[in-house]
Amino acid sequence: MALLEVKNLTISFGGLKAVDNFSVSIEKGQLYGLIGPNGAGKTTVFNLLTGVYKPGSGSVELDGHNITGKSTIEINHAGIARTFQNIRLFKELSVLDNVKAGLHNEFKYSTVTGILRLPSYWKVEKQMDERAMELLKVFDLEQEAGTLAANLPYGKQRKLEIARALATDPKLLLLDEPAAGMNPNETAELMDTIRFVRDHFDMTILLIEHDMKLVSGICEKLTVLNFGAILACGDTSTVLNNPEVIKAYLGE
Amino acid sequence: MSKKNSSVNAKKKINIRKFLKGDLLTYLMVIAVYAVLQTMVATGNMKSLYQGLLVPMCVYSIMALSLNLTVGVMGELSLGHAGFMCLGAFSGAIFSKITSDIIAVDLLRFILAILIGAAVAAFFGFLIGIPVLRLKGDYLAIVTLAFGEIIKNVVNVFFMGIDKNGLHLSMKDEMSLNLAEGGKTIMKGPQGIVGTPNDSTFTIGVVLILITLVIVLNLIHSRSGRAIMAIRDNRIAAESIGIHITKYKMMAFVISAALAGVAGVLYSHNLSSLQAQPQNFGYNMSIMILVYVVLGGIGNMRGSIIAASILTILPELLRSFADYRMLVYAIVLILMMLFNWAPACLEFRERHSLKNMFAGKKAKEVQ
Amino acid sequence: MSFINYLISGISLGSVYAIIALGYTMVYGIAKMLNFAHGDVIMIGAYTVFTVASSIGMNPAVAVILSIVVCTVLGMLIERVAYKPLRQAASPLAVLITAIGVSYLLQNVALLVFGPNTKSFTSVISWKGVSLADGKLNISGVTIVTIAACIVIMVALTSFINHSRAGQAMLAVSEDKGAAQLMGINVNGTIALTFAIGSGLAAVAGVLLCSAYPTLTPYTGAMPGIKAFVAAVFGGIGSIPGAMIGGILLGIIEILSKAYINQQLSDAIVFSVLIIVLLIKPTGILGRNIQEKV
Repeated sequence: MALLEVKNLTISFGGLKAVDNFSVSIEKGQLYGLIGPNGAGKTTVFNLLTGVYKPGSGSVELDGHNITGKSTIEINHAGIARTFQNIRLFKELSVLDNVKAGLHNEFKYSTVTGILRLPSYWKVEKQMDERAMELLKVFDLEQEAGTLAANLPYGKQRKLEIARALATDPKLLLLDEPAAGMNPNETAELMDTIRFVRDHFDMTILLIEHDMKLVSGICEKLTVLNFGAILACGDTSTVLNNPEVIKAYLGE
Repeated sequence: MSKKNSSVNAKKKINIRKFLKGDLLTYLMVIAVYAVLQTMVATGNMKSLYQGLLVPMCVYSIMALSLNLTVGVMGELSLGHAGFMCLGAFSGAIFSKITSDIIAVDLLRFILAILIGAAVAAFFGFLIGIPVLRLKGDYLAIVTLAFGEIIKNVVNVFFMGIDKNGLHLSMKDEMSLNLAEGGKTIMKGPQGIVGTPNDSTFTIGVVLILITLVIVLNLIHSRSGRAIMAIRDNRIAAESIGIHITKYKMMAFVISAALAGVAGVLYSHNLSSLQAQPQNFGYNMSIMILVYVVLGGIGNMRGSIIAASILTILPELLRSFADYRMLVYAIVLILMMLFNWAPACLEFRERHSLKNMFAGKKAKEVQ
Repeated sequence: MSFINYLISGISLGSVYAIIALGYTMVYGIAKMLNFAHGDVIMIGAYTVFTVASSIGMNPAVAVILSIVVCTVLGMLIERVAYKPLRQAASPLAVLITAIGVSYLLQNVALLVFGPNTKSFTSVISWKGVSLADGKLNISGVTIVTIAACIVIMVALTSFINHSRAGQAMLAVSEDKGAAQLMGINVNGTIALTFAIGSGLAAVAGVLLCSAYPTLTPYTGAMPGIKAFVAAVFGGIGSIPGAMIGGILLGIIEILSKAYINQQLSDAIVFSVLIIVLLIKPTGILGRNIQEKV
């Protein structure tokens, strides 16, 4: 059975169907791409999947559990984590603390324990530090652990956002334009990292991207959105050679 | 393996150094100042005028710490903090007056009064937090101001008495309390409470500052504190990683209210007569506390204590300057905000900072 | 008859709130900031009239015009010096705290210049007003002028915004600063103009407020200022008719609760209204809903 099973998802804003009858089925361990021209409704799909918007109709199932219409927090608990198109880090926190915030629901102790610094505070904090450093190492950020997130260079901010999302131990990772604003070298490096994350964490990844080199390089399957509706879907190479898709991208 | 060990050790060292530079220094500063001032009192080197400022110094330091938790850590502006102080002050004073004959040990009674003041303020913080925390920014600020004023107004029409039948309440006048013979009035509307036991001392005040510091600083460095600051920095991202927004905002707000309540109890047990007036519990006081927080640095707990203490003593030190005091506060407040927050100013500081000048020199030398 | 009398004085007080609220709502709509010092501009306006008319004995009409000029310049000055540098600040709290600082500054400057003593303000309106129903119903000149001024201002302001280039620019800036800039609108100029109009209105409100309640202290403007903000929120911030409705309703609520419930609790009741409104309809009576984009 598919890990993510989305059926006929629809949402309208003031009469305009921003996403119309969107369906997708993503297998466990797949690297899936969601592409389409600007304004096609890709980020809206992410917002629907993560509960930022409530769908007008349709259903979302994650690992057999119906998560349609659940809140963002419940959906994260259920196992979806995401990054944002316009990076949303905790800017005044250190890089390490950004990831530790992501570990919030993985490692727990009570507020009173924290204030009184009972033994379990020290124990759990140590575990959190270790886990967070592991994640930072994956993204080659361990040297910057103590830096404020706001002071990181752009490319590293994108990586930190992925690390923070992974910290919540998701089943499905949504990446919203991970390569936006990166140079070709950084993009190539990012592709390696995404593959590594998939293999190392046994992760299922759905990503929105405009960089066709990245999309064709790492995505196994694609869905193309145009004006909120699905234009094509299938294996990456088939979809990218589809004349309809080329027309939508390049115009006539 | 050895490399990994050394990096762990290095990290440990950094953590310890950070602690020494940060929290520990704050605790040591409070204790050192306490020791100096207490010695001055003991050796008779302090005028009684200044001795009278020692407890207020503690009161306002706790208030500033508590407000800094809301403003600096939670990132929302509360302009009703004096209202929580008012609740703590009155509930603590009422408790002490009722039990002054029952509980003989002053310290025990005072500790209970502090706990009650904190609990009452926390309870109202929770009630007020339900509507308030759904708002943000300007709206939140103005609604907390509204609540602060409501609390002050309601306290001013409250009458309370006690007799052999128990407690009597009224919102009209003293007569409508219908006290039986031998009953005593505790709280008389605008005239407030007279004759609260003078339990507040400088030592207790400093102990309370230290406890406040432990609560606030340890909270910041805990899982919950990280959640609160994550929400402050980016609410949507915090939600996306599964952090309960309302729960943690409420936690910060309630703790902050409780601490303000503690400051209120300390305040009311330092006065023989307590009234809720615009000067002590109105929004002007809330703003005064905000001035301490901003001058000490938003989010900087040590700064809050320093600013609150100095600004409590300063007016007495510079009596002749009293007329201009508030004017200068206002100007300093505006300049501090511009200096620390205006993008143009920050850029200028970045370009002309000493650090950069040295760094620039070094870079040139290398070339 | 007493109820109608209370109602009329409620509408009169409410009209003053409405005029102040207009200043708040315009500034909030365009600069997206709560100008905490707005109430204190009212106080400066009233002191200007007091100084010029009561002390020097100048014609009240001239005094009012002078006061409008003073407040307009003051409003623009405040915006330029204290608020504009913080428009792009990282935290929205920065400009709010600065506004509180400006409020403090104005109060304390007034305290130094005019002293802490209450000044008794001579009404600039000498008209006695009308007496109806065999003298049972007295409507003072101040009340009539206040209500009339409020209506005139609202009509004038609405047509200014809807029919002038500058007014259209204001709408554009309040909608989207960046886009307005790209369309060639002078955003800084428009914001300055908004502050100018709002502060000019504050002067009018100050004169009317002190004509009705003739005691003037450096803190005269603070509470009415805050209540007018409540009125603006009540009516729906950013909406001109909303400010009007909110102001008048708030004035009526305040006067009636003073008369029938408890003199000392009237402020508490007014503030409770704010809280209830924000709970039930956070955008106020005529406000629009805006969602944060993810």
